[in-house]
Amino acid sequence: MNTHAALLVGVMAVVTALLRFLPFLIFRKQTPPYIVYLGEVLPPAIMGMLVIYCLKDTVFTQAPFGLPEVMASLMVVGLHCWKKNALLSILSGTAIYMLLIQVVF
Amino acid sequence: MNAAVIRKAFFRSIPVMSGYIVLGMGFGILLRNAGYGVLWAFAMSLTIYAGSMQFVGVSLISGAAGLLTTALTTLMVNARHLFYGISMIGRYRDAGKYKPYLIFALTDETYSLLCDGIVPAEDPNLYRFLVSLFDQIYWILGSVLGSLLGTVLPFSTEGIEFSMTALFIASLTDQWRKKGSRIPALAGLGCTALCLLVFGKEKFLIPSMLLITTVLTLPRRRKGAEA
Repeated sequence: MNTHAALLVGVMAVVTALLRFLPFLIFRKQTPPYIVYLGEVLPPAIMGMLVIYCLKDTVFTQAPFGLPEVMASLMVVGLHCWKKNALLSILSGTAIYMLLIQVVF
Repeated sequence: MNAAVIRKAFFRSIPVMSGYIVLGMGFGILLRNAGYGVLWAFAMSLTIYAGSMQFVGVSLISGAAGLLTTALTTLMVNARHLFYGISMIGRYRDAGKYKPYLIFALTDETYSLLCDGIVPAEDPNLYRFLVSLFDQIYWILGSVLGSLLGTVLPFSTEGIEFSMTALFIASLTDQWRKKGSRIPALAGLGCTALCLLVFGKEKFLIPSMLLITTVLTLPRRRKGAEA
């Protein structure tokens, strides 16, 4: 189990480093328009994907019907639109979520 | 080493300090809860050094994901780093001995500190190097602290994993306000939700990535006229 985990850490480290170094190795002169286009559209799409990924274990069909997740998520969005402070939004949302699942539901 | 450059780099890095220590702690606690202790936290923060990827990595590791799934997930989650690199090619060109580390340590937050190109006239590459280094030190410190203190904190950490969800929701909210990003954001949410329903929660990530890339590539031909 630990060998496999170490392998996965290695894969993540190598692929991440590869992504960081690749532009410096290949796009020295010109960046193809398709890559520039993907660079613009992928970040928001990937964030959307990651939000769904994080919420994949939420059960909406039985109590508490995903209410802690929905309430904490809305809190993050609301606070973030209002104060535009990532740290504040993340901390408050997490604190509310922990409170909701430990105390309320 | 030049004291003035060190001081400037340190002050520049302060906005990232609190965020990295707190998020790093969240990661350390999460990793410990998944059964992997302080050495794992240290090793991951040292070698991977990519915030969101390390959070996703906790579930990949604890779920014993396959190598290909892990590689593809890393590729998709961190694909944005390609574009940070593209925009820094010019600035890092003459960084000399600092260049490899500058490229390795180019996280979202470090990018946001260095992408404006405002650097001291004296030894700008040492300055960039130190800002990058301070940021990684905060991140490692946070994850190690979280791993060590997670078990002795005077309250239950149940639900701390929501810090990852909150991080992505906050980033998505930021993205949403940028021009032209709503359709990609909705495509990301929609394609992934669809794949989750169709393929189940064990193997929906790869189909999601393929579908997202396809869906976003299709309208590209039509975009020529309006751009």
